[in-house]
Amino acid sequence: MNEDIETALREAAATLPSAATLDLQRVAGEGLLDVAYATVDSPLGPLVVAATPRGLVRLAYTGSRDEGEVVEDLAGKLSPRILEAPERLDDVRRELDEYFEGRRVDFEVPIDWSLTHGFTGKVLRQTARIGYGKTSTYAEVAGRAGSPRAVRAAGNALGSNPIPVVVPCHRVLRTGGALGGYTGGVERKEFLLRLEGVLA
Amino acid sequence: MKLPPFQALLDEHSTDLYRFCVATAGWCEADDCFQETWIAALRAYPKLRRADNLRAWLFRIAQNKAIDLHRSRGRRPVPVEAVAEMTVAEPEGPVLDGQPELWAALRDLPPKQRTAVFCRTVLGMPYDELAELLESSEDAARHNVFEGLKKLREEWTA
Repeated sequence: MNEDIETALREAAATLPSAATLDLQRVAGEGLLDVAYATVDSPLGPLVVAATPRGLVRLAYTGSRDEGEVVEDLAGKLSPRILEAPERLDDVRRELDEYFEGRRVDFEVPIDWSLTHGFTGKVLRQTARIGYGKTSTYAEVAGRAGSPRAVRAAGNALGSNPIPVVVPCHRVLRTGGALGGYTGGVERKEFLLRLEGVLA
Repeated sequence: MKLPPFQALLDEHSTDLYRFCVATAGWCEADDCFQETWIAALRAYPKLRRADNLRAWLFRIAQNKAIDLHRSRGRRPVPVEAVAEMTVAEPEGPVLDGQPELWAALRDLPPKQRTAVFCRTVLGMPYDELAELLESSEDAARHNVFEGLKKLREEWTA
């Protein structure tokens, strides 16, 4: 008996405005944006970048894992209060663009190391000090991280780098000059080393 | 317990939630209702112990925000110029083309009936979910839908 009014409500609802966007500036201002993320186009394919109020926390190649998976992983590991907020990543995106255009040799954005622990953290912090166009070896990095014999562990640490490109694990090669592996696939490592003039 | 990324909630429910705010809080208060709901949801989200009925949880927050906004507007004297400006700049008619009287009648219902009618009729919400939203039994949820629709029909066809 109420069908007429139900139909009227449904039809009227379809004409209600639907466009409204959450005020992300306010969300951030009230300290409720724990993780902001955005996608960035790059010569290496689309990247997902994520930052906490402390700094850049993750950069992911999305070739093999899709964006949703990366975001879910961050929600689990950092905080479920994660939102797509490209304007919070303007600096990161600008620096990445400049780097890929060959106009930037150093990243200045602050890093949040939350996703790294223990020996992995030490190895990656040492890796972050290798300059543009320079290379190091797994053995050297292991040594600088305090465990010269943990070469394999250093390799694993670099393989789990949550912030490739910015933390330049591509600059770490095998002793003797072989490229070694890379999170995003060895073609990407080659691309980056060529960009920096290490490879011809 | 694993909570989905908040962005997933936003993607899934933004449109419905905004319409709910327009319909139940009114056009002028809709954006406030929408923003306040998401802010409150974000604040509470990490402490949430269950993730099995997030839509009901979210719309319960929105219902309460709409009630709060309605109350605070009732108490707050509106300056005369503001009223004049509002009527010129923002008449309800053209925005809620379709049925402005219908939504006005909906807003005259008691809050639970208002929520029940919108969520059941427009969103097709199952009664068990609606019961959770209203913090009532399923029977009470059914009753709220039925009574709300009945009143609305009387108003509307009068």
